[in-house]
Amino acid sequence: MFDIIIVGAGTAGMSAAIYARRSGKSVLMLEKTSYGGQIISTPEVVNYPGIKNISGFDFATGLYEQALALDADLSYTHVIGIQKGCPEDPEGFTVLTSTEELSCRAVILATGAKNRPLGLQGEQDLIGSGISYCATCDGGFYRKKVVAVNGGGNTALEDAMYLSNLCNHVYLIHRRDTFRGEAALSEALAAKENVTFILNSEITALIPTYGSDIPGTNIRRTTLSSIFIRNRVTGEETALNVDGLFIAIGQMPDNTAFSSLVNIDEKGYIIAGENCLTNVPGIFAAGDCRTKEVRQLTTAAADGAVSATAACAYIDRNGR
Amino acid sequence: MAVITVTAENFEEEVLNSKVPVLVDFWASWCGYCRMLAPLVEQVSEEVTDAKFCKLDTDNDPDLADKYDVNSLPTLLVFKNGELVDRSIGFVQKDQIAALVK
Repeated sequence: MFDIIIVGAGTAGMSAAIYARRSGKSVLMLEKTSYGGQIISTPEVVNYPGIKNISGFDFATGLYEQALALDADLSYTHVIGIQKGCPEDPEGFTVLTSTEELSCRAVILATGAKNRPLGLQGEQDLIGSGISYCATCDGGFYRKKVVAVNGGGNTALEDAMYLSNLCNHVYLIHRRDTFRGEAALSEALAAKENVTFILNSEITALIPTYGSDIPGTNIRRTTLSSIFIRNRVTGEETALNVDGLFIAIGQMPDNTAFSSLVNIDEKGYIIAGENCLTNVPGIFAAGDCRTKEVRQLTTAAADGAVSATAACAYIDRNGR
Repeated sequence: MAVITVTAENFEEEVLNSKVPVLVDFWASWCGYCRMLAPLVEQVSEEVTDAKFCKLDTDNDPDLADKYDVNSLPTLLVFKNGELVDRSIGFVQKDQIAALVK
């Protein structure tokens, strides 16, 4: 039986592990894919206090090594639910994974958030074949090509700006007539000759090209060839030929496995304040997965400290 | 077996002319998930002896990435008898890497 099971080994989860281990509690982190979370894909972190410049990979690996050096355990598995009570303690919790049932005294949910997909047919199959959620990661492969960016916030504007310096043409598609992102950015984009705004519009379909042979191979490949765009004012639908589509319509959490136990808001975030307390005593929420105003590396790390301290106090208070 | 570095110069010899299946790890130094994947490919290369494992820096050889339609990193391509037979996009665990060359 573990004192604390942490679901998710991103910045919040690993920070929580460090604090909990330093308080002498046994800790198991459960992670679905790889440690590090979203920050892994960030080439450069330049806003973490005390660190001038570090790659997301180096930052995450530093946290990982720090947590493991303190004897926190990490297991790669998929958590499918949590139940109140465990064989060793009726007040504890059972964490259900795809392969086993694990007992603990307190749970910290640090499941993070992921890029929000458009939810269109074929989208998942086209990831890496025309669809991308990270312009700074994949933009280099669309040099001198024609791409579209979908979204109206700062990320979409920054992506469009980044891509406009590489690509022949960038279409910026947004469902409203004004951008949520900074005016200075949208004005700079409007001044660029190779950027076209398509406003009041949404993408309704992704059209792949089937069976485009890769020279010298026997693979027939499916790649994005065009998108359908519907004007929300006129209802008119048009096709647009693009080599790539960069989707920047925000983040979404994935907390459905816990929704029968903890309260979740309409967007899927776990309802918890700055104290990281959920509606269930003994279950805490940390980082991007909870309701909060600012989702940054620093706030994720801060939540790790707050949730671990609260979880340790909860265990001590209950004399277990 | 260690992971062999391939470039445009030795791609044909090491990959296309290979008698055994070849897994090529398309990566770049700025790609975080590539750096997470590399040690796993290294480990699999030690355990799977009937295949060859290579890595290709897409910043050095963008033309090869383009030729094989690599639009996202990391991408693992599998070649058999000089032909591309499989691909995997994004970070994957060790057992999935091994399964690609089975």
